[in-house]
Amino acid sequence: MILLEARRLSKHFGGIQAVRDFSFQIRKEVITALIGPNGAGKTTVFNLITGHLLTSAGEVVFNRRRIDGLPPHLIVQSGIARTFQLVRIFPKLTVLDNVVVGLRAPKGENLWNALFKPRGMKDETAHNREKAFHILEQVGLVDYKDQYAQNLGFGQQKLVEIARALATEPELLLLDEPTAGLSQDMTLLMRNLIRDLKEGGKTVLFIEHDMRVVMDISDWIYVLNYGEKIAEGKPEEIKRDPRVIQAYLGSE
Amino acid sequence: MVNFLLHIIIMMGIYTILSVSLNFMLGYGGIISICHGAFFGIGAYAGALISMKLGLPFIIEVVFAGGIAGLCGVMIAGPTLRLEEDYMSLATYAFGVIVFTILNNWHSLTRGPLGLPGIPKIHFFSFRVDQLWSYAGLVIIFVFLTIIFTTAWIRSPFGKVLMAIREDQVAVSAIGKNVAFFKIIATVVSAFFAGIAGILLAHYLTFIDPSTFVIHESFVILGMVVFGGMGTILGPIAGAVIMVFVPEALRFVGLPGFYAAHLRQLMFSVLIIVMLLKRTQGLFGKE
Repeated sequence: MILLEARRLSKHFGGIQAVRDFSFQIRKEVITALIGPNGAGKTTVFNLITGHLLTSAGEVVFNRRRIDGLPPHLIVQSGIARTFQLVRIFPKLTVLDNVVVGLRAPKGENLWNALFKPRGMKDETAHNREKAFHILEQVGLVDYKDQYAQNLGFGQQKLVEIARALATEPELLLLDEPTAGLSQDMTLLMRNLIRDLKEGGKTVLFIEHDMRVVMDISDWIYVLNYGEKIAEGKPEEIKRDPRVIQAYLGSE
Repeated sequence: MVNFLLHIIIMMGIYTILSVSLNFMLGYGGIISICHGAFFGIGAYAGALISMKLGLPFIIEVVFAGGIAGLCGVMIAGPTLRLEEDYMSLATYAFGVIVFTILNNWHSLTRGPLGLPGIPKIHFFSFRVDQLWSYAGLVIIFVFLTIIFTTAWIRSPFGKVLMAIREDQVAVSAIGKNVAFFKIIATVVSAFFAGIAGILLAHYLTFIDPSTFVIHESFVILGMVVFGGMGTILGPIAGAVIMVFVPEALRFVGLPGFYAAHLRQLMFSVLIIVMLLKRTQGLFGKE
């Protein structure tokens, strides 16, 4: 079943065509990888999906509803969450609070409630802290829950960001280079986590440069070069595709 | 002597409301604002005019005048949502100048530079708040309300999102929160309470004129928040109390009036400079 579909997605910045005519389909509970040399437009594609950038042309359809043109917060609310290439967590909040703040809190965010209906808000807050705790268990960060996020190591901060993304209860997770800058151990942990997320019913689209990770866990791969799709297919096919090899070798 | 102390308490109270409310949007929300004096003035004029021309009960006046100040908060917050730091400070500075210019030139409404004399005293049914001690009590009540309300909001999930916005707005939009909504609400709350401080000043002095609400006033309030420590509960309170008290205490040093006034300004500046040199996070600021 197709969860997210892009039709002839394009984005240009003045004279620069960052993404050209890119069409793709993300199927439910499938791990899809988006790869390509640096500057190929991968993160731009992410930004176009999440609404952080407006499309120049093309459509993005999620659960059969068009989402291109919607502001980012509405797109997140419809079920798509993302992480950033350079981790963007909230450094001065605790790890637990980083996750809590991603949860839906209609009572707590209402100023009237905060003042005149403290009990309703307190229940919701307690309930949310529990939910956040469970999410931290999922990613293995429970021991750090009360630490300020800025005190954590880079790899752990990446996990905080994933936990925060999970707090929004997404159907689709966009992970931007989840293993970049990680040690061997952390990379293994991340690979297993992504597999676990799929087991748990999530759909994952991730950008990655580490080919071992890509070949290991992806069910389907899209290859981008200079903003255009040059190949798509299963890992075994992509590994042997001459255009893909040329793109990576040619760009160095 | 007692009268002087009560006067100090009233001024401390008014400035505490101003600095606590500025801290709400600036210290916790990270929204740059150097136009707090403008909301202060809007509240003062709105309150004065409502009580002089409409004679509404005080509570209604507070709601309306504060509401008008809050609405002006929307006017500055809306168009500036995408501005950051330097550009935001320029925009709010400009807003402050615009408000002063309107107050100073809309002669038919505000009497321009002549100001509004004869602002009536506050009364609750038959109880007239016309003594210094009762006015001080009223101001203290509003100070408490301001602190209680803003603290409750900061400690709520709303406050957490606001603090996250201070850290990274883009990331907040990426977790499904409507950043624009939060920023506007924070500005409206901040402006509302600044407006209340204005109402309290207007009824205390029974005369207001635009010169009280020049840009300089916004910097004074900003200075108090920075001195006391942005983003803390105690910071703005301490900032206001100290920065009102220290210059006033100079009266007892025995200087002739002329020098004392200038020394007060100097004192204020010295306090800020020393704090910024020795402890940039302010008195109660963290890290």
